[in-house]
Amino acid sequence: MSQRLSHLLGTENLSREQIAFILDQAKPFQEFQRHPLKKLATLRGKTVAIAFFESSTRTRISFTTAAARLGADTMALQAETSSLKKGESLIDTVRTLEAMRPDGIVIRHASSGAPEFVAQRLEIPVLNAGDGTHEHPTQALLDALTIRDRKGKLEDWNITILGDILHSRVARSNIHLLTKFGVKITLCGPAMWVPRELERLAPNVRVSHRVEESLDGADVVMVLRVQTERIHEPSLAPDEYIAGYQLSPARLRLARPDALVLHPGPIVRGLEIDSAVADGPQSGVLEQVTNGLAIRMALLYHLIGGAAADAPHPAKDRLNASD
Amino acid sequence: MLLIKNGRVLDPAAKTDAALDVLLDGERISKIGANLSAPGAEVFDAKGLIVAPGFIDLHCHLREPGQEMSETIETGTQSAARGGFTAVCCMPNTQPVNDNASVTRSIVERAAVAGAVRVWPIGAASLGSRGEALAEISAMKGAGIVAVSDDGKPVATARLMRQVMDYCNTLGLPVIDHCEDPSLFAGGVMREGPQSLRLGLQGIPAQSESICVGRDVEIALLTGARLHIAHMSTFGSLEYVRSAKKMKLRVTCEVTPHHFTLTDEDVRYDSRYKMNPPLASRSDRDALIAGLADGSIDAIATDHAPHHAASKDVEFDRAPFGITGFETALALGLSELVHPGKLPLMRLVELFTTGPARVLGMERKIAADEPADLTIFSTDREWTYRAADSPSKSRNTPFDGRAFRGAPMATVVAGRIAFRR
Repeated sequence: MSQRLSHLLGTENLSREQIAFILDQAKPFQEFQRHPLKKLATLRGKTVAIAFFESSTRTRISFTTAAARLGADTMALQAETSSLKKGESLIDTVRTLEAMRPDGIVIRHASSGAPEFVAQRLEIPVLNAGDGTHEHPTQALLDALTIRDRKGKLEDWNITILGDILHSRVARSNIHLLTKFGVKITLCGPAMWVPRELERLAPNVRVSHRVEESLDGADVVMVLRVQTERIHEPSLAPDEYIAGYQLSPARLRLARPDALVLHPGPIVRGLEIDSAVADGPQSGVLEQVTNGLAIRMALLYHLIGGAAADAPHPAKDRLNASD
Repeated sequence: MLLIKNGRVLDPAAKTDAALDVLLDGERISKIGANLSAPGAEVFDAKGLIVAPGFIDLHCHLREPGQEMSETIETGTQSAARGGFTAVCCMPNTQPVNDNASVTRSIVERAAVAGAVRVWPIGAASLGSRGEALAEISAMKGAGIVAVSDDGKPVATARLMRQVMDYCNTLGLPVIDHCEDPSLFAGGVMREGPQSLRLGLQGIPAQSESICVGRDVEIALLTGARLHIAHMSTFGSLEYVRSAKKMKLRVTCEVTPHHFTLTDEDVRYDSRYKMNPPLASRSDRDALIAGLADGSIDAIATDHAPHHAASKDVEFDRAPFGITGFETALALGLSELVHPGKLPLMRLVELFTTGPARVLGMERKIAADEPADLTIFSTDREWTYRAADSPSKSRNTPFDGRAFRGAPMATVVAGRIAFRR
C-alpha cells in the first residue's frame, strides 16, 4: 500500500491502492467468518472504544464483533446513556475515553465531520462508523467487497444508486470509492433528494430523476433507505415514493439480467424495495452484512494492530492450520 | 493638542488626497494644512502613512450585557481600536435584548467609562426581537441609538417591517435588516452548493437571503423609509439593492470582509468558517467585489461576532454562527481589494468612513471643528495576524496566522490616541 492509514475518516481521501489493499486484507477475514472457531489472538491486549453518539444496531454490533474476533476488548459508549445527555461536549467525552487508554476509537455521530474533528484532537486512530450525511466508509468498503465477489471485479461497472441521495452518507462514500475504479454512477430519486450539483462530487456521476431511465443497463443497483430522521424539508407521501422510485421486480428487469442488488440496511420492506427483490436471487443484502465483519476486522487489524503491510495475514495462519 | 505631521490625507468627503498636516485641539479638529506647526503640541509623525477620517463599523456584537464570557464593551472596543475603528455600532441581541431605553443607557454609560472607541448602539426593532410588538424605539433614540434591527434574525414579517419602517421614518432612524427566509434557511449551517453536498452539511440556498431583501425593498417602496441591508452576501440581493437605488429609494447595504475574501469552497469542518450569512459561492463573492467597486455597496462592516472558545470548539453543525473581525477588516480590504487593483484606495477609505456615516445620516470628514476622530494606516506594512494577541475575549477567526500587507497604525478618538502599533 502506498501510504499507511492513520485514521479511516472517509473514502474521498483514500487512494485506489489503499482501497484495493483493504479489500485484499479483508479477503482472508471473509473466509474466516465460516471457520468454527471465530477468535484470533491478533489484537489480544488491545482495546477498541466503540463510541456511538447516534443509535445504531448493525454497525455497532458489526464493529464490536469484529474487535472480539480479533481478540480485542471493547469499551462501549452509547448516546442514550452517555454523559452528553448531561451536557458534556463531544471533545470532553472522547478525551475522557482516551484517558482510559484505548488503542483506537470507532465513532458514529449525527454531525457531519465529527470523526475528523475528533481525529484532529486525539492521538489514537479514529474509525468513522458514519457521520451525519457525510460519509460511511466501512459501508462503501463492504459494498465494494460484495461487488468484487459477486461480479468478479470492481472496475468499470454501471452502478445506479436509488433513493434519498441528499441525506445519505452511504451514497457519498460509495460515489467517492467507486469512481476511483472507473465506475459510472447514476444517482436517481425524487429531484428534491437528488440535486443536480451532485454530479460535481466526482467524475462519471450522472443525475437522473426517472427511475426507468436510471436502471437501463445497470450492473449493480444500490437501494437506499428513505432517511425520514434526517429530512428537514416537507416530506413525500410514501405512496408517491413507492409509485415513483421503489425497486420492484418489474423495474429490476430494466437493469442487466445479472444485476446485483445491494441495500445498506435497515430495509423498510415495501417502501424503497419490494420484498421479492430484497429476498431474490440477485440480492446481495445478507452477504453485505457478513462482508461488513471482514472489512471491519481488516481495518481494525491494520489501524490498531500496527502490522507491516507485508506481514503474514493472521486469518491465513488460522485457516491453513485447520486445513 | 495633537499634531499629525507628514501624512497623506485621504478624505473621500472632500476628495482630498494630499500631503497635509492635521492639528487636533481637544475633541475637535482645529486645522488642516501644509507644514503646520503648533508649539507645545504632541507630534505624531505619519510619514509614509495614510491619514483618513475615523473608521465606522456599522455592525458588531460587543456581547455586553449578558454574554461577557465572549466579549465586553471594554475588550471589544480595544479590539476595534486595533482595527482602526473609531466608532462601532453594536447590535441589540444581548441579554437582555437592547429593546428599551434603560438597556441603551447602560451600554452608553458603560462605553463612556470603559470604551476605547465610540459605541453607537443599535436598538431592537421589536420587543425582545421576537417579531411581535414594536420595541421602545423613540425612547431608545433619546438614549442614543443610531438605528434599529432585530439582527441575528430578520424582522419577522412584512407587516411588522412596514410598521417599523413607518415609525422609524418619522424618527429619522434607518432600519437595518438581517435578511433571511426562515423556511428556506431551515436549520442550514453553510451555503447550499457543491461544497455543502460534499461535506454533508445542511445547505442554505442563496435565495434565503435575497427573497427577504426583495421583500424589504418592496416595503421601502411602500413606506419611503430608510432601509439598510446587513451583511449582504449574494448577487441576487445586490440586484434588488441596485434596482432600489435606481428607483431613488433610500436603500443601502453593507458587506463584510469575510464575504469579499472567502467562499464556500473554503469551508471545512472548522467552526471558524461558520457564520451567518454563510460564505457564498465564488460568483457571489465576485459580484460583491464588483458592487464594492461600482458604488452599489455603501459600507464594509465587520459583523464582529465573538464566541468564547468552548462554545466554538464543537461539531460544525452545533457551533454558533459568527467570527471576530475588527482587527483584520482593513488589512483584508487592502490585501484583497486594493493591492490586486480591484478597488482604488480612496474607495476603500470611503467604504469605512463616509459610506457608513451616510447610512446613519451623518457626515464624516477631515475639516476644522469636526470631531477629532482619525484612522492612520499603512498600505505596505507587512505583518501576520495572531488571534492570541488580540484584546478581544474570543479567538474565533479563520484569519488567524494570515499574512497581510497593510495595517492600522494609530486610531485617534476624540483627540486621543486609542491605539498605536
